[in-house]
Amino acid sequence: MPHGALTDTQGFSSMSQTNDPLIVAGRSYGSRLLVGTGKYRDLDQTREAIEASGAEIVTVAIRRTNIGQNPGEPNLLDVIRPDRYTILPNTAGCYSAEDAVRTCRLARELLDGHDLVKLEVLGDETTLFPHIPETLKAARQLIDDGFKVMVYTNDDPVIARELGDMGCVAVMPLAAPIGSGLGIRNPYNIHFIVEEAKVPILVDAGVGTASDAAVAMELGCDGVLMNTAIAAARDPVLMASAMRKAIEAGREAFLAGRMPRKQYGSPSSPVGGTID
Amino acid sequence: MQVVVNGEPRDVPAKTTVAELVQQLGFAGRRVAVEVNQDIVPRSEHALHRLADGDRIEVVAAIGGG
Repeated sequence: MPHGALTDTQGFSSMSQTNDPLIVAGRSYGSRLLVGTGKYRDLDQTREAIEASGAEIVTVAIRRTNIGQNPGEPNLLDVIRPDRYTILPNTAGCYSAEDAVRTCRLARELLDGHDLVKLEVLGDETTLFPHIPETLKAARQLIDDGFKVMVYTNDDPVIARELGDMGCVAVMPLAAPIGSGLGIRNPYNIHFIVEEAKVPILVDAGVGTASDAAVAMELGCDGVLMNTAIAAARDPVLMASAMRKAIEAGREAFLAGRMPRKQYGSPSSPVGGTID
Repeated sequence: MQVVVNGEPRDVPAKTTVAELVQQLGFAGRRVAVEVNQDIVPRSEHALHRLADGDRIEVVAAIGGG
């Protein structure tokens, strides 16, 4: 982690915005919050929430077009424009390496050769836990085919290392099942993954509220990807703003280095000089 | 001839091109990607690629997702 580089003479307030970018696949981003576009009420709410989140990388799903739909109906990419955001197509809903690779190739064609993808191969319909053997197989094929792969995985440090060594541009362990909002269920594993990482580590899935996002960042994660925590909030636009602040606060707390934990109290005010 | 578009059978005139199919479906000028029998047909080839009887075609777009 770049502690040394950040204690220079630059102003503190500008640190998180300018001197501490998230770098994924050679590109710099000012925001460490990545957001999805699912489950919103409509496209207006999607756009407002994403603007409030400050996210620059935005995930989309690839699905069959709805034949017979009103041709004038607005399209997601008219609202979340590829010239403004880095679009991150996902392979959500794929249960095999073959389907995931096909979906990424369709996404690349759809987005004019864009090669950054979020690989997600599921293994169980109830928990939505990733299918690791198929994930490893798909990651290998996609990397060989020239894709830059950000990969969703479980919180197993050995698998995370394997995916990073293979050449994935980011490894994204779950905090808890997708859409569960249960928060960081195993902070020790996330910490091990971060400690060993040679590529950016982003928590993907399971964040429920702002404090969960801050915890992920305090553990040293490079970023957090979330969807439901914002979209399913009572006020998604306000929650998007809360998440933006939580990510920044968590990152700054991580860089600042927390105080040691102590078993007993330690007065904050001087002990001497009290009145009789 | 009959083809299958997004899992649904559909009658189209013989020698229909991908571009013509996309237009018939109402997606002309929209951002879609097309696969015929599991192979991508690049946008630059939509007007050239003629469909054959029994072809299985997928027409996909980006939608909300996480």
